[in-house]
Amino acid sequence: MRDKNIPSFRTLKCVALLVPLVVLLSGCASAVLDPAGDIARQQRDIIYFSTAIMLLIIVPVLVLIVVFAWRYRAGGDATYDPDFDHSTSLELVIWSAPLLIIICLGALTWWSTHLLDPFRPLDREVAGKPIDRKARPLVVQVVSLDWKWLFIYPEQGIATVNELALPVDRQVRFDMTSTNMMNTFYAPTLAGMIYTMPGMRSQLHAVLNRPGVYDGLSANYSGAGFSNMHFKLYGVAPRDFDAWVARVKAGGGTLDTPTFLEIEKPSEKVPPMYFAGVDPTLFDRIFKRCVRPGTPCSTGMHGMGGGNDPQPPHGRPLS
Amino acid sequence: MFDQSTARAIFGRLTLESFPIHEPILLVTFAVVALLGLGIVGAVTKYRLWGYLWKEWFTSVDHKKIGIMYMILGIIMLLRGFSDALMMRAQQAVAFGANQGYLPPHHYDQIFTAHGTIMIFFVAIPLIVGLVNYVMPLQIGARDVAFPFLNNLSFWLTVAGALLVMVSLFVGEFSRAGWLNYVPVANLRNSPDTGPDYYLWALQIAGVGTTLSAINMVTTILKMRAPGMAMMKMPVFCWTALCSNVLAIAIFPVLTGAFALLMLDRYAGTNFFTNDLGGNPMMYWNLVWIWGHPEVYVLVLPVFGIYSEITSTFTGKRLFGYSSMVYATVVITILSYLVWLHHFFTMGSGASVNSFFGIATMVISIPTGAKIFNWLFTMYRGRIRFELPMMWVVAFMITFVVGGMTGVLLAVPPADFVLHNSLFLVAHFHNVIIGGVVFGLFAGMEYWFPKAFGFRLDRFWGRVTFWGWVIGYWVAWTPIYIVGLMGTTRRVNHLDDPSLQIWFVIAAIGAVIILVGILAFVIQIAVSIKNRDKLRDTTGDPWDGRTLEWSTSSPPPAYNFAFQPVAHDLDAWYDMKRRGARRPTGGFRPIHMPRNTGAGVILSGLALALGFAMVWYIWWLAAVSFAGLIVTAIVHTFNYQRDYHIPRDEVAETEGARTELLAAGT
Repeated sequence: MRDKNIPSFRTLKCVALLVPLVVLLSGCASAVLDPAGDIARQQRDIIYFSTAIMLLIIVPVLVLIVVFAWRYRAGGDATYDPDFDHSTSLELVIWSAPLLIIICLGALTWWSTHLLDPFRPLDREVAGKPIDRKARPLVVQVVSLDWKWLFIYPEQGIATVNELALPVDRQVRFDMTSTNMMNTFYAPTLAGMIYTMPGMRSQLHAVLNRPGVYDGLSANYSGAGFSNMHFKLYGVAPRDFDAWVARVKAGGGTLDTPTFLEIEKPSEKVPPMYFAGVDPTLFDRIFKRCVRPGTPCSTGMHGMGGGNDPQPPHGRPLS
Repeated sequence: MFDQSTARAIFGRLTLESFPIHEPILLVTFAVVALLGLGIVGAVTKYRLWGYLWKEWFTSVDHKKIGIMYMILGIIMLLRGFSDALMMRAQQAVAFGANQGYLPPHHYDQIFTAHGTIMIFFVAIPLIVGLVNYVMPLQIGARDVAFPFLNNLSFWLTVAGALLVMVSLFVGEFSRAGWLNYVPVANLRNSPDTGPDYYLWALQIAGVGTTLSAINMVTTILKMRAPGMAMMKMPVFCWTALCSNVLAIAIFPVLTGAFALLMLDRYAGTNFFTNDLGGNPMMYWNLVWIWGHPEVYVLVLPVFGIYSEITSTFTGKRLFGYSSMVYATVVITILSYLVWLHHFFTMGSGASVNSFFGIATMVISIPTGAKIFNWLFTMYRGRIRFELPMMWVVAFMITFVVGGMTGVLLAVPPADFVLHNSLFLVAHFHNVIIGGVVFGLFAGMEYWFPKAFGFRLDRFWGRVTFWGWVIGYWVAWTPIYIVGLMGTTRRVNHLDDPSLQIWFVIAAIGAVIILVGILAFVIQIAVSIKNRDKLRDTTGDPWDGRTLEWSTSSPPPAYNFAFQPVAHDLDAWYDMKRRGARRPTGGFRPIHMPRNTGAGVILSGLALALGFAMVWYIWWLAAVSFAGLIVTAIVHTFNYQRDYHIPRDEVAETEGARTELLAAGT
């Protein structure tokens, strides 16, 4: 969004920084590297931090390759020692240097994977501002259809297609499933991607901190209409969010079973759609694969299943 | 005119509409392929080469000839796979905003699926298997592989798989479900066409070949080493070939099983991977990646061996840290089974599972890092001759280190949530596969070509190939890394944001530079054949090599070694040269050799017919070819003419000619 105004300048800046790669990472602004959501920002920081740790060993190795290749070229005057094929101390260094780096990275991995687990409710709205434990997260049910996105807001009782609006600085919990294909729900500025899968439910907790209009998409190939499976993400102030809900409600229309079965049919490049009302059992029935009247719902195996569990199953299959 | 049901009984679902006569791109491709094919067939007929080819090559059980045929297959398929790459690059370079490009999703999706499938299964695997086939028995001082007929059959089954993929270009359609034929896209409900069936049958047939070949290579290495060659005196290339093939034996059955279940879903209406009735698509992803991740190491381990041999030869030094190199290889082999889930961290496995697989993935970088250091310290205090193979090694080290770093980055789950399915990921695996596997294959081909044909490859065109690939790689893939970090994802055939276009244009230019490299390689071979007298090597040891393959003539005689060599040390040939070992010039005996057989070609031809019939539901042909397979296999067991002896006089004559040649050379 920010870079729309001056694309050529940004591009030039990136080209100028082609080498080394790292400098370049910070050189070009983008949804991934300059995100508006706290989760995406932490994920970006982990990319930077891991890269920095690894460069501690990568850069010396790259330098040594060039130096050794030049210094020990045939015809040079460096020492030639054809029997130098073993050195215990050197081999100790060879194995322990990468080991140390991996111990650091492994610790970072364990810690960050748990902290940024998409199933885990957030601790903070943004750095230094813990989340209000009493405030319930906004719940958005996400369904990937062939080839568009359905968003159901159960509290507000509304639903939209290919348009997602979120109030800034409020925790959002996405419950996700799919009707047919596997897609990933991905709004780069908000948080990393999570799969939506038929017959399964996955979850993502995230928060948006900066108002704006952002892009969202499916990042997992799902057939013919995949390339255009985009949606717009509107980050709005809480008051504007209420206004947006009211606007959707004013539009009328209800997402009931027949309407859903109609929009479920494969279609591409679908413009946003709004529904003032939504069948409250719809998401559950999609996830249990019994939207069509007369289809028996899959009952969860492994003792899992119900849509109202406080801690739903981790992407486990039903039946 | 038949009525419809007769037509269906005879042709299954194959109709005139199955031929893409309305698609100009395919028609032109078909015309070119047909003309080339006719040209080759015409030339072979004109020069009356059919008998020669059949007797000396197609039915050959000589590991050297089979190795060369694998290489030819790999190079031809590289041209096909690379054409797909060029088409994708061209599409992505133009398809922005209002411009939809020239490839609709229907076509584009088949192209990226075919590109990945072909490059892994019909380029990388044949080239690796070919090099292992050619070099490994020579390095261990053997006369052939353990099961020579099986080797021939493995090769022809791979060819049958490749042919089936090529047929799909002109008859019906190929899969549009990605290179692993992902469900739910590949489920019958979503892809009722022939695409996934072509994919499944081609890979099942080729997969049998690969599995049999792996069994063959492992047996050969374990049972047929020259006297004195203990495991820890084996050349590193043999070690890496051993580990790679052990891996292949372990993982290919998983892939075969997963594909068999998907076939049952598609043909028999079962519900293993469907969305309903208890099916679970996610299980398919697990199974194919349990194969898929170790497969990366099946490809890259032998290439690490190639780099080790070349580094040692061209630095004029023993390999630094031989035993740590071997342990590193074994550790990588074991760890590679434990990392498959990192291909779908984003599927909601929970934090502890993700952390385990993330850390296991990173741990692989420790032995890999140790290998890089070992090559580095082999160069240290060496006297490096920058011949073409060594140039590839240095380019590999620089390129691969970067790919390794981005790989470890992708192993950190929170980072992967952002980078998964992005072009950053695509750039990463091309970085390690081109920078690792492809560079290594070119290094190996430059290195062992003189052994196989008795003359070196032309140096000028070799340099053009080298710089084309190396510069082309960096120009093509650096921009893809960048757009990946900017949030661009993979497998899209059209993008909206015009500010990204410049990167895709640069990437397309890079692909053209790689094309120059590929064409230069073809020219290099042609020029070298033309100038073969000037490039001739009579010594059999043009690079001052260190392992046993350099002790025999170039090309080696059918029996490889007149007397079985005895190894006393690692780098057995270097050791022999240093101790002034003399080549025996008398006392020859008849040599026991396996006899050629056409059974492999016939079985594979029937397998191809079976695959084609099953794809098109031509049940009678499927039944006939399946019965044919069984009958041929049984009949072949009654073939008692399996071996012969090369008479002593012939051995003496061959060796005598070499003695003269060696004397003339010095």
